[in-house]
Amino acid sequence: MASVAFEAVRKVFGKTTALKDIDLVIRDGEFMVLLGPSGCGKTTLLRCLAGLERIDGGTVRIGDREVSDLPPRDRNIAMVFQSYAVFPHMKVYDNIAFGLRMRKKTKPEIEKRVREGAALLQLEPYLDRYPAQLSGGQRQRVAVARAIVTDAPVLLMDEPLSNLDALLRLHARAELKRLHTDVKRTTVYVTHDQIEALSMGDRIAVMKDGEIVQVDTPVVLYDRPASVFVGSFIGSPPMNFMRAVAKDGTAVGDGWQIAGPPGMDGRALLLGIRPENIRIGEGPFRGRVVVAEPLGSHTLLTVKIGGDSLKVVAPADDVFKPDQMLQLAPEPHKIRWMDETTGGAVAAPN
Amino acid sequence: MTAASAPAKRASLTRRTVIDRVLLYGAAIFLAAWTLVPIYLIAVAAFSESLAVYDFPKSLLPTQFSTDTMSFFVNSTGVLPSVKNSIIVALGTIVLSLAIGAPAGYALARFRFPGRDMFHLAVLSSKMFPIAILSIPLAVAFIGIGLYDTLLGVVIIHSAMVLPFVVIVTAGVFYSVSRELEEAAMTLGTSRFGAFMRVALPLALPGLAAAAIFAFVSSWNEVFAATILTVRERTLPAHILATLNQSPLYFKFAGGFFMIIPSLFFIFFMRKYLFNLWGPGR
Repeated sequence: MASVAFEAVRKVFGKTTALKDIDLVIRDGEFMVLLGPSGCGKTTLLRCLAGLERIDGGTVRIGDREVSDLPPRDRNIAMVFQSYAVFPHMKVYDNIAFGLRMRKKTKPEIEKRVREGAALLQLEPYLDRYPAQLSGGQRQRVAVARAIVTDAPVLLMDEPLSNLDALLRLHARAELKRLHTDVKRTTVYVTHDQIEALSMGDRIAVMKDGEIVQVDTPVVLYDRPASVFVGSFIGSPPMNFMRAVAKDGTAVGDGWQIAGPPGMDGRALLLGIRPENIRIGEGPFRGRVVVAEPLGSHTLLTVKIGGDSLKVVAPADDVFKPDQMLQLAPEPHKIRWMDETTGGAVAAPN
Repeated sequence: MTAASAPAKRASLTRRTVIDRVLLYGAAIFLAAWTLVPIYLIAVAAFSESLAVYDFPKSLLPTQFSTDTMSFFVNSTGVLPSVKNSIIVALGTIVLSLAIGAPAGYALARFRFPGRDMFHLAVLSSKMFPIAILSIPLAVAFIGIGLYDTLLGVVIIHSAMVLPFVVIVTAGVFYSVSRELEEAAMTLGTSRFGAFMRVALPLALPGLAAAAIFAFVSSWNEVFAATILTVRERTLPAHILATLNQSPLYFKFAGGFFMIIPSLFFIFFMRKYLFNLWGPGR
């Protein structure tokens, strides 16, 4: 019904190219997250989809319609802004009804849909209030309700949770996810928060410097990052990377040796391994504990191995002391090899 | 030792804040008196018996309250027609200056266009030329195009004089209306113009009203251009100035008080926006 497709979309601001020929297909009903550090172009891409920015090349399609040159109102989208952009001079009711009135719905229908939208987001008690009388979380819900009641098949969200405090954000995140399963709209969600992305997205498009570096499901993205950038941007703490050199099917690091990718003789490699995929006990790494941080559910260790330092997630009930010597074993199937010169993943044998 | 010196220190600090307070309030009272006392004296004279103006020493309280002086002023030849002219010109100035200035202000607030900073500066620099220097060439030009001694001519001049202020104020007003609000309206189904009309304009209205009131008061008080550019179609200040030499003292006081009234209203409406414009935070 409404998939979204970007084909070679380019956007230039003065001398900087904000989007470099972006290709991306978002399926009907999918929750797609655009994730990346600030300035990577994710918000620009969203605004190009909304029609708030003109593209300088390529095409944007919604469903089977090309919308590249259409103004926002002809694209049949709805958007939730980072600042919520709730109209301060209108009551909550009129805010939610705004899009319906612009679409020339009948009065009884507007009334019905506003009530439904308010119910969906628990806003019924506030319909007669002005936005200034609401909390940040309530305003955010007004913005979402206003976007949803229009029935636009594509819902765009630009960091809708970033202005909420941590606890509320956790709650709102779950609410948005529930809402998506309820209303099944194609959703494009921009965030710089990798946890938000992992927890909400059906798929995530990771962006950097105006390009999409990897698009995949959260699990694949987390387990098999396509580059050093993705591995270190996603996950907290990020993926560990240890220098090594390939030699006859093995990788030789600073004081350790492990089975490596074939056919890379003499190349500089990085061994990527997530902190929770390292077991303590008999293994190829020998290192010294620098810091042990008990975090309740687990203890986070920083271990020095040769010239590299490694984050390791250890069971909470084990006791570690600084300068303690440890042997560590990375789970072999969780190792992700990267080419140090390109920063890209080495074609995995599996 | 520290225990002993601590209260002493506190006492001296309090003394200093007291002195600071006294100086601050003293200065504030002095500045307020500087403007309020003349206004008060004018008001007293305007509402006393006509001849009380010549009393000496003056009574500081309105001992003989009377509206004779004011009614004498209002009913003098030429006053009512010139009041009418003043109101027409002031309203015309509001319409013209906002019609030109508000879109310019909106453009300054919303768009980054080449020469934007130059334009900003140019708007202000039009204030560099004193009307006294411009008035003679203007009078000549106005005679040439048939605008001399017409209310339209005065409206045009007054609009030109308040335009820089109107542009800067409306730019500030529109700047304070978040761009995302208009964008939100556009994603919800309005055109660009529709977003302006339904969202930006209603939110900017109080600020635009303030700019309008400013235009009104500026025009209402303006003497020089109105005097040079008119002969028969006098505005009130021009009329008072022209008749100044032949009029009795109490007539001047009454006229002065009459001229002040709109400004007083203006200050009450405008205060908030003046602070926005010049106060901290912008």
